[in-house]
Amino acid sequence: MATTMSVSVTINGAEYTADVEPRMLLVHFLRDELGLTGTHIGCDTTHCGACTILLNGTPIKSCTMFAVQADGQTLTTVEGLMSNGGLNPIQEAFKEEHGLQCGYCTPGMMLTGVALLESSPEPSEAEIRIAISGNLCRCTGYQNIVHAIQSAARAMAGIDPSVDGGAGGGNGASEGGEE
Amino acid sequence: MSTSQDLGGLGCSVKRKEDARFIRGQGRYVDDVKLPNMVYLELVRSPFAHARIGSIDTSGALEIPGVLAVITGEDLAEANLSWMPTLSHDQQMVLATGKVLFQGQEVAAVVGETRFAAADGAAAVRIDYEELPVLLDPHKALDTSAPILREDREEKTNHIFHWESGDRESTDRIFEEADVTIEQDMLYQRCHPAPIECCACVADWDATNEKMTIWMTSQAPHAHRTIFALVAGLPEHKIRIISPDVGGGFGNKVPVYPGYVCSAVASLTLGRPVKWTEDRTGNLSSTGFARDYHMRAELAATKEGKIRGLRVKTLADHGAFNAAAQPSKFPAGLYNICTGSYDLENAFVEVDGVYTNKAPGGIAYRCSFRVTEAAYLIERAVDVLADEIGMDAVELRRKNFIQPDQFPYETSLGWSYDSGDYEAALDKALEMVGYDDLLREQEEKRARGEIMGIGISSFTEIVGAGPGKTFDILGLEMFDSCEVRIHPTGKVLARIGAQTQGQGHETTFAQILAEELGIPVDDITVEHGDTDTAPYGLGTYASRSTPVAGAATAIAARKIREKARKIAAHVMEVAEEDVEWKEYEFRVKGAPDRSISMGDIAFAAYTNTPEGVEAGLEAVNYYDPPNLTFPFGTYICVVDIDKGTGEWKVRRFVAVDDCGTVINPMIVEGQIHGGLTEGFAISSMQLIDFDENGSMIGSNFMEYLLPTAVETPTWETDRTVTPSPHHPIGAKGVGESPCVGSPAAFVNAVVDALSPYGVRHIDMPITSDKVWKALRDAGVSE
Repeated sequence: MATTMSVSVTINGAEYTADVEPRMLLVHFLRDELGLTGTHIGCDTTHCGACTILLNGTPIKSCTMFAVQADGQTLTTVEGLMSNGGLNPIQEAFKEEHGLQCGYCTPGMMLTGVALLESSPEPSEAEIRIAISGNLCRCTGYQNIVHAIQSAARAMAGIDPSVDGGAGGGNGASEGGEE
Repeated sequence: MSTSQDLGGLGCSVKRKEDARFIRGQGRYVDDVKLPNMVYLELVRSPFAHARIGSIDTSGALEIPGVLAVITGEDLAEANLSWMPTLSHDQQMVLATGKVLFQGQEVAAVVGETRFAAADGAAAVRIDYEELPVLLDPHKALDTSAPILREDREEKTNHIFHWESGDRESTDRIFEEADVTIEQDMLYQRCHPAPIECCACVADWDATNEKMTIWMTSQAPHAHRTIFALVAGLPEHKIRIISPDVGGGFGNKVPVYPGYVCSAVASLTLGRPVKWTEDRTGNLSSTGFARDYHMRAELAATKEGKIRGLRVKTLADHGAFNAAAQPSKFPAGLYNICTGSYDLENAFVEVDGVYTNKAPGGIAYRCSFRVTEAAYLIERAVDVLADEIGMDAVELRRKNFIQPDQFPYETSLGWSYDSGDYEAALDKALEMVGYDDLLREQEEKRARGEIMGIGISSFTEIVGAGPGKTFDILGLEMFDSCEVRIHPTGKVLARIGAQTQGQGHETTFAQILAEELGIPVDDITVEHGDTDTAPYGLGTYASRSTPVAGAATAIAARKIREKARKIAAHVMEVAEEDVEWKEYEFRVKGAPDRSISMGDIAFAAYTNTPEGVEAGLEAVNYYDPPNLTFPFGTYICVVDIDKGTGEWKVRRFVAVDDCGTVINPMIVEGQIHGGLTEGFAISSMQLIDFDENGSMIGSNFMEYLLPTAVETPTWETDRTVTPSPHHPIGAKGVGESPCVGSPAAFVNAVVDALSPYGVRHIDMPITSDKVWKALRDAGVSE
């Protein structure tokens, strides 16, 4: 298995070229070769979405793609969400709405959220839930993740994101009635 | 003068400190650790559930470029490391010798320069197996025809233990006299916590300093350090366990697993750092499963619905080794909390544990040891009784609740409940959900042939192990700890013995200190998870962090206040008894304008100490709780069922929890959302099953289903607050209540929906096809 292939990709705006084994998974290339460890591995079978990154703007599971398949393409990982030293609104929103606990699914969740808001700036709750259904979370029960994405949508639209926040806790009561 | 709100003290929804790194992708999980010269370890697992091992040929593996070593059970046996103790007085094979006892069991370990080399090497190890008869049904484990699984044990039986609690004779008498009795068999199925991060470690032997550092997905790093010292014979001060960010635990990361031990051995042998990262199939097929409790519940009651007695008989399937991660002195843990929220005359519980050819465990998945099983059993049984006597499930519960003036309440099985007001939580939940309207709606729907159900669960939890006299890990009493140090400029570094897998301790423990010290939460750093720096603790599971380490934190802060008072008196030039702690600062009694903040006292502690007082401002506390804490609540679930498909949908789910004093409402609510979602998952989809050969069904996320955002209901939460009288800040712990209390609410709702068709019970997970079959059998669906 000594044969290697050359791969050149643009990740978070920077160019990377490397010789890798053809069987190297994209997620291992990102994590082990480039040290971009914000992209995680949870299941090996494309179900959990911890390895979600954006490939030319579209969320993909980087555990189910070979590094060499990404040759010539443009990738975004969680490390590329910030711009000019500032957080992306989705990052702010996940913190503000308590949309994360252990943090392991969070990078993939945020990238899926970013892609959703790119294509649908005002998604309904149902739309959000369908969009993130390829990203599993064991800690949050998704409710505050949905709130975070809604809040980020408001922020991106220039609306005060705190207007209809969900995770204040406050005096305790929350979430009235049906969806 | 500050307020709790200014400081970020108790009751404030302070945003989490840890999120800064997680939202940037800068969390540091074990698999993110990359050391110079590091090599990789891969395990070779058994394809068979029960087989004798013939020869193991490692030559092919060793010929693969980059393969450095192959370790077998025989190699470990030479170092006396082929077996390791479990946390339940049993032992477990590290790498199999003689025979394998479950599919997925670890048989050899291959170390390679790269992940590829290690994986190629593992695929090239040739093992001859002779298949043996497989024992899967725990009910057949004690048959004379059953194969004896454990050749290492003196007793030639598959029986592990018999344990009983309560008074059998008087309970039997109650049943003989009772107006009404019910009996219900129920299975709490085998399931798996499946945190999204699998287990992993990096073992790094430093030969020069003779020190072993292990980065490890550990919920109990100090206990694991001591276990490594005892098992491997390394001096404990030369072992450092670092449990960095952990991607979810839920009990799965409490035990020590063979991959950790093999990595440490490999690093010692090769003198290089060794990384082992489990894949998902390895995680689901070999690490701690949960439940597999085959339960029979019986209740005795008067015809008016006063519950008099409870009788429970249980068969516990522990798999190949009793690797239940539970530190109580009782083989079934806290299972005898199964009298729940009810004041009954007497109870008797017996449990028999057996071995089968399945993965070892019986770990506490998002609960204290066997409490989910207990809560499910009693809350399900009460509904069966309600059905039997034709009484509303709410009224039956209300009639039997332990009353507020009965606390502290001694249960017939020996627990002393600290505090509770069960009816208040029930009433709040009923009001939130609009129970009376729902009953009317249900009646109308039933008249139209539509199927709707309402399920109630009024559970009582038991969390916060210790006390040390009844709980220990290998003799280590289950205290927990906190060490607090205030720097001269009034900033705080605290280290706790507990660990975190997402609970937010870096924030909530800082809030406890903010409240106790009058120092803003932003000026406090909380560290954990590194055994070289944190004080000894027994780990985070069983909702014990807040009840035990949280208490230690409050008390350590109060010790600091004692010393600070002396310094305050000295600085303000008054007698110590004239100084009082009020509104987060020291004040001179009767002189409201004379005060000094903790920050100023900190500076004085290093620059201007009174005579006879040591410099510095720090304290440590090791807290052994006098009792456990008993959170409670009422959950109400409303479901609608599709007659054609059997699909059940949660229309509403109302959760009223009482976890005593709330430190951070935002985090508490987040914990409840997560726990309810796991309870929903267990009720509806999570199942580890086996085919007739003992091959696992459920060893990947294609077969082992976890709920996505689409299936997961929207949770409506609220609370009542009944502080624990024995906890320094009155907190009880909350992480597990929703997972403990909710399964019965889901099942009760579905069974209630189907009760007009004669259905009295359906075992979890309640899949659509089970419901559809029940409806078909009743002639409703075709």
